[in-house]
Amino acid sequence: MSEPLVLMEGIVKSFSGVHALNQCRFELQPGEIHALVGENGAGKSTMMKILSGVYSKDAGKIYFKGKEVEIPNPRAAQHLGISIIHQELNLMNHLTIAQNIFIGREPRTAKIILNDDEINRKTAELFKSMHLALDPRTKVADLTVAKQQMVEIAKSLSFNSEVLIMDEPTAALTESEIDELFNIIRQLRAKGVGIVHISHRLEELKQISDRVTVMRDGQYIDTVKTSETSIDKIISMMVGRTIYETSPELPENPSQEVVLEVKNLQQGSLLKDISFSLKKGEILGFAGLMGAGRTEVARAIFGADPYDAGEFYVKGKRVQIHSPQQAVQHGIGYLSEDRKRCGLTVGMDVKDNIVLASLKKFLNAIGWVNMAQTTLTAQKYAQSLNIKTPSLDQKVKFLSGGNQQKVVIGKWLVADTEILIFDEPTRGIDVGAKSEIYKLLNDLTRQGKSIIMISSELPEVLRMSHRVVVMCEGRITGILNAGDATQESIMKLATQRGGIISTNLIPEAGRA
Amino acid sequence: MQRLLAFGALIILFVGFSIASPYFLTFDNVIGILLATAVNGILALGVTFVIISGGIDLSVGTVLTVSAVMTGVFITNNHWPIWLGMLGGILTGGLAGFVNGVVIAKMKIPPFIATLGMLNVTKGLALVISGLKPIYFNDTPIFRSLAMDSIIGQVIPKLDIPNAVLVLFMAAIIANLILSKTVFGRYNFAIGSNEEATRLSGVNVDAWKIGVYTLCGLFAGLAGVVIAARLNSAQPALGAGYELDAIAATVIGGTSLSGGEGSIVGTVIGAFIISTLTNGLRILSVPQELQLVVTGCIVVLAVYADILRRRRK
Repeated sequence: MSEPLVLMEGIVKSFSGVHALNQCRFELQPGEIHALVGENGAGKSTMMKILSGVYSKDAGKIYFKGKEVEIPNPRAAQHLGISIIHQELNLMNHLTIAQNIFIGREPRTAKIILNDDEINRKTAELFKSMHLALDPRTKVADLTVAKQQMVEIAKSLSFNSEVLIMDEPTAALTESEIDELFNIIRQLRAKGVGIVHISHRLEELKQISDRVTVMRDGQYIDTVKTSETSIDKIISMMVGRTIYETSPELPENPSQEVVLEVKNLQQGSLLKDISFSLKKGEILGFAGLMGAGRTEVARAIFGADPYDAGEFYVKGKRVQIHSPQQAVQHGIGYLSEDRKRCGLTVGMDVKDNIVLASLKKFLNAIGWVNMAQTTLTAQKYAQSLNIKTPSLDQKVKFLSGGNQQKVVIGKWLVADTEILIFDEPTRGIDVGAKSEIYKLLNDLTRQGKSIIMISSELPEVLRMSHRVVVMCEGRITGILNAGDATQESIMKLATQRGGIISTNLIPEAGRA
Repeated sequence: MQRLLAFGALIILFVGFSIASPYFLTFDNVIGILLATAVNGILALGVTFVIISGGIDLSVGTVLTVSAVMTGVFITNNHWPIWLGMLGGILTGGLAGFVNGVVIAKMKIPPFIATLGMLNVTKGLALVISGLKPIYFNDTPIFRSLAMDSIIGQVIPKLDIPNAVLVLFMAAIIANLILSKTVFGRYNFAIGSNEEATRLSGVNVDAWKIGVYTLCGLFAGLAGVVIAARLNSAQPALGAGYELDAIAATVIGGTSLSGGEGSIVGTVIGAFIISTLTNGLRILSVPQELQLVVTGCIVVLAVYADILRRRRK
């Protein structure tokens, strides 16, 4: 092989003491499309943010065309010819395409007067070379996400970039838009540009990439040729971890009584034909990659977001849920993935948080809150949940993540909901607290509560769930029994793009 | 779209008041409306820039006051030449705006708080500097005539539109050129649209933000000079509350409070809507208290119309 365009070696990066990257390596050839894959949190984005100057590395070396370079900020990267297109598009919606592409380096008369004709002309030339039919004078807000992506690509090309990093460029695109994008990428490859393609969609790799680098838990695993490697091999490289390999402790099988049934739930392009049922005393795991639509399902069931179509049955009875209040009345509780923003009023104390969702129960005849009774109740749950707090009057924001989570759980237990939806229940919680939460979930099911558990950690899903629903791009791609579920089988379903199950085969959503 | 809506509203107001009262559509009254718009209009021009950048400036009303007072100090107390005194007044506003900009861009104080602070600082300074008394320009009668005479009237007899109105339109034309034709205007929109993306594009966002608030201060300073000339005095207690009229004019004119959108033409129309409304209601003998109620409702309705329009999009 020729001299690499980019070589990163021994890259180390930690955030507040936690290793995000440990001795990582990456190599990019000119005229190559190089896929970078790994689970959520494997370190892909961090690695590329270092290459593009967004983060600075703690240790390691970066070579660009054989010369060692330092990339302290995005400008330096741009200068070298390294461009990154972030997952969150960085465009100014109110400006036109041309204005966006030339922001910060507009051609000017007398230093201050703009010449929009010139940038429109230059942009038109650029689009011509990319075979793109876009009017440079269109406002970016009026473009589809795919077209906005093209604008970002055009922008980086206008810097004469030799390295183009794309962080999940296809996450928000439709099938035909992806084809369009890939055509552009291939054209760039033909011109000798080195392209880094970060993606969660493994089917795409075969379609577009020349080589694949796999990362896991901040470690470099391997770089392989795409044509010589199967997707199954790549998946096993991605998930083959040993840290959490404790044997799953499944609680006894739940009864066959169905407590919640969701039929044909539909929400714009986010959720397509979601149908599943939850049994009494069951933990139903929801697995999938970021953006698969799991949280959207939970929020729709809880009435937090509007949906287009769908029917809900609680214990066999058809119910209407259009607001969280209705959901709570039907015995459904939702524990948000974002505890601080949606689950807790962190400025209030433990006691108040626990009784917040069911204050009505504690009102006396003239509508005052019965303080003595709230304290008693809070005490009871703080004890049974083993919440570690100096007192019930402690502000929740001073508790640890695990204890905060327990307060949220306590809150829904007081509200006495039969169905609990946990969205990432152990996010940001240390290992010890994790196992306590697991134990708690199991206890709850033994008491007859039914749980939907959304989790991005496969070992957690495998360990806790009786059944696993796997989602990909707003669809359910499979429902596995605990016995059949493995990291590999889940990963495969989670990356199963629309092309495999033809959407035509899925029946239209039932009328609400 | 919002601009058309606002313009339509202005026409309807004019027609409506003309039918309701024979005194409304008289030459003197229309001049009165124009004159009443001049000060608020100039203030609103600066506010438009700030709001497009995603910020807010609550201090323009009292910056106007302190600029007027300083003009009085320069011209009457220090006997500076009139042009220099006026320039000094305008620059006083610019200085206040510059301080706002530094506090917001460098100290990262939210614009609401930073300019609220400046509101009180300038309010107090105006009182302290003037010794609580108005400063009159009786020694320099030319100063008043600069604003109240009519150049237009000399060219076209009988069309005695005071120069103060002319100043508003000239300032509006300049503001429009800055906003639509210069790098300054472009970055102003860019920052209001997506500040982080603008920063990542290599634009020195902090410096441009300071520029925006300075420009807003300069417009407030100009408005201060105009009002001092019009009243032939610098009134140390006048100006508080003007900022809200300026913000209202800007918002009625279609500038989005969330930034990234707005136009000078819209703001000028918005300023005219407010003064037409006040004037018309007064001619119809609506008590001043009720005028406030009506104006308040109009502002909220204008923003609601904007929200409805966005939602449909």
